[in-house]
Amino acid sequence: MVSIERKPPLGKKVQLMATCLCDAFYDDAAVATVQVLEHLGLTVEFPEAQSCCGQPAFNSGDWASARRVARHMVKTFRGELPVIVPSSSCAAMVFHGSLLAFEKEPDLPEIEQMARRTWELADFIVSGLGVTTWPGRFDASIAFHRSCHTRGSNSASAAATLMGSIPGVKLLEFGEAEQCCGFGGTFSVTFPHISESMGRLKLQHLRASSPDIVVGVDTSCLMHLGGLAEKEGKQVRAMHVAQVLRDALKNGGLLK
Amino acid sequence: MRWRLPPNAAVHPPMKFQPIDQFATTVQPDKRKSVYEATKATHEKRTGLLAAQFSSPDSLRRLAGEIKQHAIENLTTLLPLAEEKLKANGAQVHWAVDAAAACRQVLEIMQQRGATRIVKAKTMVSEEIGLAPFLESRGMECLETDLGEFIVQIDHDHPSHIVRPIIHKNRREIAASFEREGLGAYDDNPEVITRRARAFMRKKFMAADVGMTGANFLVAESGRLVVVTNEGNSRFSLAGPKCHIALVGIEKVIPRDRDLAVFLNLLARSATAQNLTAYTEFISGPRAAGQADGPEEMHVIFVDNGRTDVLASDCREILRCIRCGACMNVCPVYRQVSGHAYRSTYPGPVGSVLSPLLAGEHFLEKADLPKASSLCGACNEVCPVNIPIPDLLLRLRDKGKREGASSPGLPPLSPWSVLASSPAAWKAALCGGRVIDHLPGGLVPFQAFHAWTGCRTLPKWRGGEFRKWMKSRAKGGKA
Repeated sequence: MVSIERKPPLGKKVQLMATCLCDAFYDDAAVATVQVLEHLGLTVEFPEAQSCCGQPAFNSGDWASARRVARHMVKTFRGELPVIVPSSSCAAMVFHGSLLAFEKEPDLPEIEQMARRTWELADFIVSGLGVTTWPGRFDASIAFHRSCHTRGSNSASAAATLMGSIPGVKLLEFGEAEQCCGFGGTFSVTFPHISESMGRLKLQHLRASSPDIVVGVDTSCLMHLGGLAEKEGKQVRAMHVAQVLRDALKNGGLLK
Repeated sequence: MRWRLPPNAAVHPPMKFQPIDQFATTVQPDKRKSVYEATKATHEKRTGLLAAQFSSPDSLRRLAGEIKQHAIENLTTLLPLAEEKLKANGAQVHWAVDAAAACRQVLEIMQQRGATRIVKAKTMVSEEIGLAPFLESRGMECLETDLGEFIVQIDHDHPSHIVRPIIHKNRREIAASFEREGLGAYDDNPEVITRRARAFMRKKFMAADVGMTGANFLVAESGRLVVVTNEGNSRFSLAGPKCHIALVGIEKVIPRDRDLAVFLNLLARSATAQNLTAYTEFISGPRAAGQADGPEEMHVIFVDNGRTDVLASDCREILRCIRCGACMNVCPVYRQVSGHAYRSTYPGPVGSVLSPLLAGEHFLEKADLPKASSLCGACNEVCPVNIPIPDLLLRLRDKGKREGASSPGLPPLSPWSVLASSPAAWKAALCGGRVIDHLPGGLVPFQAFHAWTGCRTLPKWRGGEFRKWMKSRAKGGKA
């Protein structure tokens, strides 16, 4: 998926793109992202004017709308700082999707400039900062859902590397881990029957591994899977990878 | 399917979904299960085989993709070269600009020879151009000899997978069809079914005037036609009949014989998880002087039928496709709906790109196909010629939107994009959004909301909470 060479991060300051789902529903995943980045000695800047990466419109074929939002975000995140996103999907929109949407646009270079410094959180920690072990403690068996936008990027292996290194974590294997959960953005509401069937299959595989927690790098997949499970009356405990990293720090007394 | 309409459906107007999603609700659970299991098994075997036998299957896929991309970008050189070599080998070459021209050329060749009976090996191009019904309407007897295609033919059905045309049928249905066609009393033992088909076809092969094949590859430098099958029916189609007609899409040409090493290593593994198919035929022309057997006449019909337009589009990479079906086998959407949902000769991910493009001026009739994907990217990962299918699906969604394709169920994205580009309005919406937790669902005017909550709960609205937390830290130090 990654179609652009990214600059290695320099300095001690980053910008956070919190994502619209964290902004609207999953504030604690964004909080955890800030705490994790700060633990790594970074100062986190949150550009207030940010909204969404534009993917809902892009995936729906409304590229004019997607470009409007992407242009706004490029303006909001101007500068040279790394942009950290607690979502493989939104990150891929910035460093891959937008490049497609702007292929024939005069301001493509500005889009590329932002693409080159945008990272999904786990990928940034492992590939960008070179951190491959995580301290603290987290006693749980985890079924890690490898979301589709991690394909072709280092995000899934990075998240697994980090979580797998935490004392107390047991990463579980489960069937068809490579398969999509069925969220797919607006696909989830324009193809609701297929989306639901895909989600139920994913839940079946996840549950078969009897995890304490289902973890993902994308709140979107978790919202879909968690919502399906809750509607069935059989909730699954779902967490974002940033929350696991943050809680490990807390449990280890490394974060108040 | 356990889909429930929301309890407030009476308040909200009836929901209309994408055609393929609506189709999904009509697929019988046992059909869905058998398609899912068959595709999953092949996909997993394919992945294991490639990983076990190659140090870097991915590099091989990329190389194959580059060779094929080179080929389609150099058709203006490779096709004339192929024609020259084919003619030198003694074949006659024809060019068909569209389906009608290709059908007419087959008919003319048959009429010139006074032929009335044609046996066909599997060729998706013949399905694409509607050859069999055309020939039958002109009084010709046209027999599909691939077992799956034969069953499709006697059932007046359509293939639902490009490699496994009857993936949607079980053996009980097939046994019933055989009984109906007078091929023997009901027996659903696959071996019995196969033997009966074989006995029936044997006579037809012997009596046929013309044998037809497609081509998996056509090598430009040698004029060599390569056909792979597992049933040997293609070989049989060329054993009895005195005339061979090959239907070849213009994108099937590859530069050199040595390129076959790359493609043949990938094709059967990707398609059926075999190292090689049971038969790999290299056909270099009609029967030569001194050869005992083989057709005395060979015709190659190069079929364009929209491919030049695809080449001119920004989705030309789709012409790399070698029709292995791996993208169908891995696709979570295909696995739920199977091939007929796509209303096209080519279903699944590749078909969702190719079919709307080949539809030409009827593009809008197929503009929903590229949307039938969660864009998960699994198709790209398994594609033996590394076609960036999700990117092409996205380009076609953009094209569809610009050309006015309908999008049932889509939330209003243009107003949303204005909101998402206006920071003050966005922040106000984040705070105001909590109304959704309290509003009776029936009053929410967006179908998307009801489509979501029909099968899922919506998490509690926490709009603006993160921003508050960031602000509180800025004021009072770390929270």
